Amino acid sequence: MNSMREISYLAALREGLREEFRRDPTVFMLGEDLTGGYGNGDFGVTRGMIEEFGAERIRDAPISEGMIVGAAVGAALGGTRPIAEIMYMDFMTYAVENICNVAAKIKFLHPHLNCPVVIRSAVGAGIRSGPNHSQSLHSWFAHIPGLKVIMPAEPADAKGLLKSAIRDDSPILFLEHKLLYGRKGPVPEEEFTTPIGKASVTHPGDDVTVVAASLMARRALEAAKQLEAEGVSAEVVDLRTVKPFDRDTVASSVKKTGKVLVVDEGYRTCGFAAEVIAAVVEDAFDQLDAPAVRLTNPDSSIPCAPTLEDSVIPSVSDIKLAAQRLAS
Amino acid sequence: MSLYLQMYKVRRFEEKCVELAQQGLMPTNPHLAIGQEASIVGVISALRKDDYVTTTHRGHGHNVARGADMGRMLAEILGRSDGYCGGRGGTMHAASFENNVMGAYPIIGDSISVGTGLGLACKLRKEGRVVATFFGDGSANIGPFHEALNMAALWKLPVVYVCENNLYAISTHITKSTSVSRIAERASAYGIPGITVDGMAVEEVYRAARDAVERARENGPTLLECMTYRFRGSSEGEPGNPWKLKYRTAIELEEWLKRDPVKNTRAKLETGPDNAELVRGEREIADMVESAARFALASPPPPRGPSLVGAVSR
Repeated sequence: MNSMREISYLAALREGLREEFRRDPTVFMLGEDLTGGYGNGDFGVTRGMIEEFGAERIRDAPISEGMIVGAAVGAALGGTRPIAEIMYMDFMTYAVENICNVAAKIKFLHPHLNCPVVIRSAVGAGIRSGPNHSQSLHSWFAHIPGLKVIMPAEPADAKGLLKSAIRDDSPILFLEHKLLYGRKGPVPEEEFTTPIGKASVTHPGDDVTVVAASLMARRALEAAKQLEAEGVSAEVVDLRTVKPFDRDTVASSVKKTGKVLVVDEGYRTCGFAAEVIAAVVEDAFDQLDAPAVRLTNPDSSIPCAPTLEDSVIPSVSDIKLAAQRLAS
Repeated sequence: MSLYLQMYKVRRFEEKCVELAQQGLMPTNPHLAIGQEASIVGVISALRKDDYVTTTHRGHGHNVARGADMGRMLAEILGRSDGYCGGRGGTMHAASFENNVMGAYPIIGDSISVGTGLGLACKLRKEGRVVATFFGDGSANIGPFHEALNMAALWKLPVVYVCENNLYAISTHITKSTSVSRIAERASAYGIPGITVDGMAVEEVYRAARDAVERARENGPTLLECMTYRFRGSSEGEPGNPWKLKYRTAIELEEWLKRDPVKNTRAKLETGPDNAELVRGEREIADMVESAARFALASPPPPRGPSLVGAVSR
């Protein structure tokens, strides 16, 4: 990874897609509004791809989330590597049947079969679109055996993990945060992939461990940088994959710091933060110097008005404050 | 003759299931297709070996007609380790992938979704393969049926949607659940051919299926509705099975029994007093079913412990 350049999360995703489409002719994508209109999937990830790969492989589908995923699952069993795009994660409710009852059970029932389908979707709040276009429902799917759930925060991870996901033989949810699409970061020029299920320590520290994924990992990193100036040394573990999640990296960090803060954009009750804390309790209880803390959506549906929306999503200053309190 | 013997095989297999269920050997009650053999065999016989099939919880017959190993089928149904899914699936999930039966999906609508996706794969890979996706009349009222027909019609997917209309969704008669009297009529809403055939007449089913399969290879989907009847309950666990089911009369069952596809097809083939060829074929099949049952009963149950084999672990 010598030559780096700064590109956006969105450009990194598109680059990853283009490379995998070129590498493997069985890769194709289906979803709503992929090729026409203004947005190209509302966020523009697939813009320009139809020119190179054609309408067979960048396939505009009817508004049928259930069948978009159902068809992708069937096509995966038929020897292709489909990528289903669900415009907003909130719309995935219509596809839960095919994700959880069909795709997730294939390998369990038939170990010799693969169901290599990637379900991409835009996750998270922050675009002022209200309760049906803002949710982070990753813990629903992390709950189901047989699925993998990936939530990258950095452009390089977005690209590297998307490439790994496309090559992986399991059904995978690949969740892209809306507020990250425009964020830039260093991405290697050369071919690379990023391993699924491995966290990355994006900021080393000794006083407190902050565990997060996706936008919350980015915010945790920002908080850690600010805390450094104030004499608090926070270690940020960006999980990158939430199922399976890298509990070893979390545990070894907690063994060093003795304190853990888990930040998650999802709802609090039965949410992903609870799972991380349970793992810390199992793996590093004796090393904990203070009760574990979670910072999450407080079990509120997500409002539209900016003042309201901002008050249900953990901010950099919320993370800073919680980490400070825990560290002191 | 071959259509008859295929139907006979499905019948014998399902009768063996009745016997084993009545002996209390099954972990759960199977959903049998006794009475529906003409629709099963008529369609399956119109397929090529490399064509795909998807089926439902009433799927033993489709597997057997495709040439599944009956020993492994029965072992799965009995929850034994030599079953097609190692006992993890049971009767509702047993599927013979080596015969391109790409899964049995007991949740209504899933066989349709997966069948449609397989059709998309066939089209993208330009393989000339066709998918026959089986489902019941109850499935015609769930979202995926409509979404799939739209998508398959739009993309001209090589799929034959086979609705085995046995009149009852568990106990609910079709007149209480479905807005049209012929499910095939719904095809017109999606601009594809919809055909209703006598699902108790194997040759009629076969001819319609052959046409639909040809059309699928060239031009896209067909909705093929086979009017049929299950001679037993929705599952073997229903009280009063089969004569005193709460939701249908004995007279109705008697009427349909007169149309028994296995019996009636045999009657047409009977040539003389001894029917040597017929009897020989039947005996061979009966022996195969018996030996399959012996194999399945001898197969050990899966060892205790979390059944994580093949599942993606955490």
